[in-house]
Amino acid sequence: MAKVTFIEHGGAAQTVDIPEGWTVMQGAVRNGVEGIEAECGGSCACATCHCYVEEEFLDRLAPPSQTEEEMLDSTASERRTNSRLSCQIKVTAALDGLVVRLPEAQS
Amino acid sequence: MGAAAGTDTGMVVIGAGQAGLQVAESLRAEGYEGPVTLIGDEPHAPYHRPPLSKAMLCGEAGEEQLTIRGPEALERKGIALVTGVAVESVDRAARRVRLDDGRVLAYRGLAFATGSRARPLPVSGADLDGVLALRTLDDARRIAAALEGAERVVVIGGGFIGLEVAAAARKCGRAVTVLEAADRLLARVAAPPVSEFFATLHAEHDVVLELGAAVTAVEGASGRVSGVRTADGRLHPADLVVAGIGILPNTELAEACGLTCDRGIVVDACARTSDPLVVAAGDCTARRGGDGLLRLESVQNAVEQGKSAAAALLGKERPFTAAPWFWSDQYDVKLQMVGLSAGHDRVVVRGSVAERRFSVFYFRDGALVAIDSVNRAPDHMLGRKLLDRAVVVTPEQVVDEGFALATLVR
Repeated sequence: MAKVTFIEHGGAAQTVDIPEGWTVMQGAVRNGVEGIEAECGGSCACATCHCYVEEEFLDRLAPPSQTEEEMLDSTASERRTNSRLSCQIKVTAALDGLVVRLPEAQS
Repeated sequence: MGAAAGTDTGMVVIGAGQAGLQVAESLRAEGYEGPVTLIGDEPHAPYHRPPLSKAMLCGEAGEEQLTIRGPEALERKGIALVTGVAVESVDRAARRVRLDDGRVLAYRGLAFATGSRARPLPVSGADLDGVLALRTLDDARRIAAALEGAERVVVIGGGFIGLEVAAAARKCGRAVTVLEAADRLLARVAAPPVSEFFATLHAEHDVVLELGAAVTAVEGASGRVSGVRTADGRLHPADLVVAGIGILPNTELAEACGLTCDRGIVVDACARTSDPLVVAAGDCTARRGGDGLLRLESVQNAVEQGKSAAAALLGKERPFTAAPWFWSDQYDVKLQMVGLSAGHDRVVVRGSVAERRFSVFYFRDGALVAIDSVNRAPDHMLGRKLLDRAVVVTPEQVVDEGFALATLVR
């Protein structure tokens, strides 16, 4: 389990326990975190699970695949250097305490 | 169900898949505070269906990971989730639905999100053990379990589901044959260059492709499948057969209560049915439009119609008119499609088929109508904008890789 904190665009925060091996997106939607749509269910096909990863965790993540890179160019809210698709972030013990901020819009 | 807020008898949603969940949650998002009941006949909370034909079959994703919304999260939103219960009948005059556990629910607004089911194989032997179809989580469970012990898998149908199952079965190391009745794969949805690409892709992964293969019977011994017979007389040996020959919308309940149905529950762009108190969303619908009735079987359709349906129940108009989009994952290839290519009269390829990075642009009477992208996500995402805004694009611009199509939507 890793604790992951989601901070909505409006500032509301929700911390959820996510099992290792799950994606950050899966933990978010199951627990009803507002601000993650994840229409495609984790196929990296819709760019509606966009999040901004707190800088200190960035280098603990596997780098984005080419498809994720390309989909990140099409997010509804601005892409930043710490932008990732939460369906492509696999939870590991090293990510315990992860904080991600959610963009204003996903679609 | 008990305590209605004041005199509000509440909203009832039949079907707890992607569309039904969307209706229920969008009612809350739109500010509706009365009772919302979401009824599903499967024993599960709403889950993502797309991974069923992909990660789920090879054990790459556990069942819990497919959940879209857990029961606790729904409870927090005040959505009463009823699982494992089917709706027996709808009485529109009395505004009541009867459940098969004996309960009767009154409604002020009703949504049909009854989904679809796999089209049954219309040949003898379809009921043998080892002959399966894929639609639900429980179906995927059965196929995943059968794959573990199977050596030879025959997939009937070279559409999305069939090809994704074939790719998953190859990943598990099984011998796979795909039988497709048409003369090319994905014939109903894609142009020949895309069909050829996927035929090559599957052949490279040692899938045996039989095109123009009409299945005449499934054969077996002692109640278990042993192979699939085709019209040319050949028997394709199998210890597991998966049929992916399309779906049938679940319209029986809607028909029985007198809603207008025509290959789906007929709705307008705002998801309204022939009854002003009743809406419908997702696979079970057929949408009236300029070109007649449109049946879409996709996540986007479920989500967008779900949003429209919730708005309509609250007396608002939120038409869903965006270009349809779809995707398919096979091996390491991602196919993304936007628009409807039916009736196209010209096809232009951008990118390189040999390098497995290309898009097929479909034109009809000079106008762009659809794009199929293979490992070219940017073309797809841009294509959604081009089509939604009806931007003028020429075939000359499309073939010229030096021309940045993105400049057309700025």
